[in-house]
Amino acid sequence: MSTPLLSIKGLTKAYPGVVANDNVSFDIGEGEVHALLGENGAGKSTLVKMIYGLVKPDSGTMSLRGAPYAPPEPRAARADGIAMVFQHFSLFDALNVAENIALGMENPPAMGDLAARIREVSETYGLPLDPFRTVGDLSAGERQRVEIIRCLLQDPKLLIMDEPTSVLTPQEVEILFQTLQKLRSEGTSILYISHKLEEIRTLCDHATILRLGKNVGECTPRETSARDMAEMMVGTALKTPERSGREFGEIALDISGLSVPSPSEFGTSLKNVHMTVRKGEVLGIGGVAGNGQDELLAVLSGEILTAADAVKKDGQPVGRMGPTARRRLGLLTAPEERLGHAAAPNMSLTENALLTGSVREGLESNGFLKWAETQAFAERIIKEFDVRTPGPENAARSLSGGNLQKFVIGREVLQNPDVLVVNQPTWGVDASAAAAIRQALLDLAAKGTAVVCISQDLDELMEISDTFAALNEGRLSAPRTTTGLTVDEIGLMMGGAHGMEVAHV
Amino acid sequence: MIVLEKRPQPSRAWSMATPLVAVLATMFFGGLLFAALGKNPVEAIGTIFWEPLFGEYAFYYRPQLLVKGAPLVLIAIGLSLGFRAGIWNIGAEGQYIMGAIVGAGVGLAFYPMEAFYIFPLMVIAGALGGWAWAMVPAFLKVRFGTNEILVSLMMVYVAEQLLASMSLGLLKNPEGFGFPGSRNLQSYASAHNAELIEGTGMHWGVVAALIAVIFAYVLLNRHMTGFHIRLTGEAPRAARFAGVKPARLILFCLGVSGALAGLAGLFEVSGPSGQVSIDFNVGYGFTAIIVAFLGRLHPVGILLAGGLMALTYIGGEIAQGSLGLPAAAIQVFQGMLLFFLLALDLLTNYRIRAARKEVA
Repeated sequence: MSTPLLSIKGLTKAYPGVVANDNVSFDIGEGEVHALLGENGAGKSTLVKMIYGLVKPDSGTMSLRGAPYAPPEPRAARADGIAMVFQHFSLFDALNVAENIALGMENPPAMGDLAARIREVSETYGLPLDPFRTVGDLSAGERQRVEIIRCLLQDPKLLIMDEPTSVLTPQEVEILFQTLQKLRSEGTSILYISHKLEEIRTLCDHATILRLGKNVGECTPRETSARDMAEMMVGTALKTPERSGREFGEIALDISGLSVPSPSEFGTSLKNVHMTVRKGEVLGIGGVAGNGQDELLAVLSGEILTAADAVKKDGQPVGRMGPTARRRLGLLTAPEERLGHAAAPNMSLTENALLTGSVREGLESNGFLKWAETQAFAERIIKEFDVRTPGPENAARSLSGGNLQKFVIGREVLQNPDVLVVNQPTWGVDASAAAAIRQALLDLAAKGTAVVCISQDLDELMEISDTFAALNEGRLSAPRTTTGLTVDEIGLMMGGAHGMEVAHV
Repeated sequence: MIVLEKRPQPSRAWSMATPLVAVLATMFFGGLLFAALGKNPVEAIGTIFWEPLFGEYAFYYRPQLLVKGAPLVLIAIGLSLGFRAGIWNIGAEGQYIMGAIVGAGVGLAFYPMEAFYIFPLMVIAGALGGWAWAMVPAFLKVRFGTNEILVSLMMVYVAEQLLASMSLGLLKNPEGFGFPGSRNLQSYASAHNAELIEGTGMHWGVVAALIAVIFAYVLLNRHMTGFHIRLTGEAPRAARFAGVKPARLILFCLGVSGALAGLAGLFEVSGPSGQVSIDFNVGYGFTAIIVAFLGRLHPVGILLAGGLMALTYIGGEIAQGSLGLPAAAIQVFQGMLLFFLLALDLLTNYRIRAARKEVA
């Protein structure tokens, strides 16, 4: 076999308290699409950051086409032909596409020349993009194109893509894959990071699986079943949440004709949203991030006030009520951002239990706090939701993402809500914790709670929701029964390709 | 190479130890400063920290500690509530002046009548004066989103002009032979904030400061409002999610700090100072900001910090007199204290580590 493009031998990187990568070795061949597969926290990001020169390994070596390769900084990696598209875009909303691309270049050419090159590259690879559009107006899929074109302008030998499809609709994924396949046919290697198994099976030639920082196996995705890959990733057999047959009761949450402007300039305003959730029903709301999810949660939590009648709980208008009054009525929420929104990072778990629990758990009397009861409540959350922590006196930020998420969800679930709204309940959470959280939501629904689950993980929504609706540019599609929905239909509900053209390759 | 590494949890030990270490570092580097000025550093540090407490004239200086410390603590307690929530009242000096003017004004309005209720009325008026002055930046912030740091600071200069105007005009002593300044409240029994125990420096302001410390402690540790204050400072978005109304919190924090600063002004004007005069304010409102941070925005810490600050003030004055240290050197010394405290504060949340050699 010829010399691989990039060869990695024994890379190790430790952070205090955790070994992010432990003696990881693999090769990427020329023109190969190589998948790096693993759960959140398996060390995928650290590994690619080392390849891209953002992080220096503690030990181990890399070689590029046989020559030793140790980039001290990303600039050196780029000079060697390695480009990376990050999961979180680094674009300025207020600038246009060409200006954003120029900002990332060493010696940007004149704006006119650059625009011409952007057009040229975008047409070659089937990524239509107007260089003079303002980035703030672009959809997530189009923003990703900006990042990809920024990389392609450097004519890379290896393109690293970190979870590129997490922000795309199924149709947009389709377009992306066609572009990637064209790149491969021209001899560009791609290192593709994901935990979505089906797309890896479609796209990738070879896969390396990481678990807890170690390389635990390799496979050829086309010849391996998704379930086998998942079990290699997780290390144990997976438990699927059980949903028992439920009867739906009366309408618990009713949103009608809700339109609110977003508080932030480049946020998404909600436009004429209608939805109803019955007791015992799980409504799944899908959609690409940034289509109004945060705003919808804020409208339900009481952080954004609306016309009184726009939001009703059990027929009672609550649109003008603040978060405390809504909690008293049994309408509870859990926002997406754990640190800083759902929980205060530097405060103890006891204090964080008080944060939303004070009203329903009776943790205050006449404004005075009952610390003993609050601590007991925190301990109950820790115990019932298997939160791994030495005790409730520890700061929220000392918990891992998954543990904190279990705490945040557990805090709301244990307050016996009538209506529970969660946004991205398992984002960044390992598979077993995610399964536990989903099970808790289903158990809650079985007891008659109306559950609204906003998520970008379609598999999750298919698994737990009874009805499905999608948010697209602040509009909510008409809800459909989940059983029998096809991926194509879901994609169309999510806005199809958001007006993006299919690649002409 | 040295790297800073974030601790998973704030270190309790360091949060206790940093004020002490900061004081020691200030003593050391202050000593170097004094040595550079040609003074004996040990003697200078000794004069500042030892003389006022245990020196030959300690019987005179010890009461002064209470007199200087009480307004600092009283103001700093109020400021700390806002600072904890990220609400920056920099204008306590102005609120202090307004408390004095309004409180003294009420007292002088009754002159020469003697009645038991005059002093309590003055106390209420003083608090209201400071409160009203703080409500200006509070209202502007809530209503129009102005920056409370700028507005409260600018209001200090307005208050200073008002003070000058009062001492030369409305409140000027009609029997004062044309000198600026009001009647001396020390010679008006019903309005005099006299020492409660002769020769101790203990006056109503000291009592108020102690009550404020207890009040703030209970508020922050046992009450929902205090929890909301801390939560807002730690994570504003989480506070909104928890149901905190930011406008209400701004009005509360600025109001309380204004009222406490006003009280400090009233106790000062009716006691140690005695009269409304052009040079009535000596910077307690600004020094209290240092005291609040030196005390780590913790009520008990502020009590200790206020005492320490008063000590460096009095000790500094002694050192100026007996050793001929320039006043500026004393101010640098006090500045060092804040500098070291804030710098060492880093260790509460970070630890310093020697980085391992990078593998090439």
